[in-house]
Amino acid sequence: MELILKNTGVNRIFVDGRFSYNLIDMNVGLFIPCYIDQLYPQVGIATLELLEKHGVKVSYPANQTCCGQPMANSGFEHLAHNCNRNFINSFASFDYIVCPSGSCTLHIKEHLHDAKLEAEATEIRKRIFELTEFLTDVVGIQHLNARFPHKVGIHQSCHGLRGLHLAQMSELMAAPFSKPGQLLRQVQDLELISLDRKDECCGFGGTFSVFEEAVSVKMGQDRVADHVNHEAEYITGVDMSCLMHLDGILKRKKSPVKVIHIAEILNSK
Amino acid sequence: MYVQHKSHAQLAEQFNRDAKRVDWHDETLWLVRIKRDRAASQVAEWEQLREAASQIKNNVLSNLHDYLLQFEQHALANGIHVHWAADATEHNEIVHAIIRKHNINHIVKSKSMLTEECGLNEYLHGQDIEVIDTDLGERIVQLAKEPPSHIVLPCIHWKKEEIGELFHQHLGTPKGNADPQFLTAAARAHLREHFLAGKLAITGVNFAVAETGEVVVCTNEGNADLGVQLADVHIACMGIEKIIPQRKHLAIFLRLLARSATGQPITTYSSHFQKPREGQEMHIVLVDNGRSRRLASDDFRNVLKCIRCGACFNTCPVYRRSGGHSYHTAVAGPIGSILAPGLDTIYLLPLPCVGRAPMFAR
Repeated sequence: MELILKNTGVNRIFVDGRFSYNLIDMNVGLFIPCYIDQLYPQVGIATLELLEKHGVKVSYPANQTCCGQPMANSGFEHLAHNCNRNFINSFASFDYIVCPSGSCTLHIKEHLHDAKLEAEATEIRKRIFELTEFLTDVVGIQHLNARFPHKVGIHQSCHGLRGLHLAQMSELMAAPFSKPGQLLRQVQDLELISLDRKDECCGFGGTFSVFEEAVSVKMGQDRVADHVNHEAEYITGVDMSCLMHLDGILKRKKSPVKVIHIAEILNSK
Repeated sequence: MYVQHKSHAQLAEQFNRDAKRVDWHDETLWLVRIKRDRAASQVAEWEQLREAASQIKNNVLSNLHDYLLQFEQHALANGIHVHWAADATEHNEIVHAIIRKHNINHIVKSKSMLTEECGLNEYLHGQDIEVIDTDLGERIVQLAKEPPSHIVLPCIHWKKEEIGELFHQHLGTPKGNADPQFLTAAARAHLREHFLAGKLAITGVNFAVAETGEVVVCTNEGNADLGVQLADVHIACMGIEKIIPQRKHLAIFLRLLARSATGQPITTYSSHFQKPREGQEMHIVLVDNGRSRRLASDDFRNVLKCIRCGACFNTCPVYRRSGGHSYHTAVAGPIGSILAPGLDTIYLLPLPCVGRAPMFAR
């Protein structure tokens, strides 16, 4: 049985007793954070390929810029108006906005406002998804055709974990789950390692790493050590910014352990 | 209260020059977090307890005026003297006036973060009145002339060897003896003299029950009880947010407090002080010191629900690696950064603490 429902502009189809999304009719806007665009283009490419591989129609609005998070986090949200307006103009026409970063997704979800275009801003705040939650919750991926024969540790970034609830917070007395973990477990030959502290912060924190260098570095070193002590070959996560921080520490230590964005693993063959 | 002018980042950088010590500090506090997790996981309704406690405090904050008057009325009926202090200075002057009236110079004090916030010890020191802190951890930092670095574990930044040396200097214990049991026994003997000489006891307050006019003090060492029972005068100092409506609500708060703080099911002593014993005089000082302003602020109102369990300290990756003395407030750590009456901005509030604090479920 197939029943097409027109619901908030997104086609949902009822197949085999459950709702899924009519991916063919769905227009997804790809939001690539500025530091990924500038420093880790391979992550943007992997995200695009991964989405297209699963039948998602993706567009990349070329006028997009930084979402304004660094400025807002430093207390200048009131000056972020042009960033917000540009984001709305770039993404208002899409059914969904998908971003390979928990941190930037959370910023838009919680802080995108515009006095003149508040209705559009509100829609965008509802329709923006971090990549892994989009894959598990909207696309509903059950089987990934990917192979990554390595020992991998997941770094749970704080914004994704606590702001977007991509996984259960370890301090809550509640059933555990992990959306990135759910996807990584579908990757052939990938061995997920367990950590002593499964959701400790890496210490990056954007401007925190600038203003609080000593604690930031120590937190990063400790986070790396937990992965290394459990024989990780790769540290992965949903936020390249945290991984960049850890990568800096690994490189200074001349460690053979590498960082890799989760999109690259899920897109690997 | 102490004043220092270096930034958190500078003080944290100093703390981090000894990486091994940072590791030790981090591991020590992480262990307390593990104990908390273990204790909380054994209570099936843990998250409901947090939620219930949070809702009770919401009710308290929305009706604070009425509950405070109700509390005062019952406390007065119980024969307790009730004082209202708008700020730290008034609080200190009220306590000083009581001390002066009785002409007492032997004073013992059990743990009270409010008196730290108000700088009571320093104020009284300036009036040539010495206060002996009787909580062991508090006494250690007092001997070292330091503020506490943690609200529940005031000397968690001290290693036992260093405490051995401190006790050698101040209490005359043998040099090089760092046996915790021996040092505790030495502190016990030292404190016993002060308890016996103490004519006036100051305590903090964990909970003040509006329907009965009683205050509840939670300790592991029994030092609040011993101090109060041996003294002629008892002064209990509390922030106005410590009110709970009814005694039965303790069934929720007492289950949360010690589990969140240290992973114990309950503190060794939960002492209820409802009226002075015969011949004794009892005072309660209710302190605002910026709390009304917090109550009026949408951003900060929630902080008045805090029950000072310290769980946010133990989970905070920044606190664990920067130490309590890197903060600028009487209450260190993440919660101190938003609790301090003078601060109007949230700085350095990392995320994990919010999910851990028992009171911030909503």
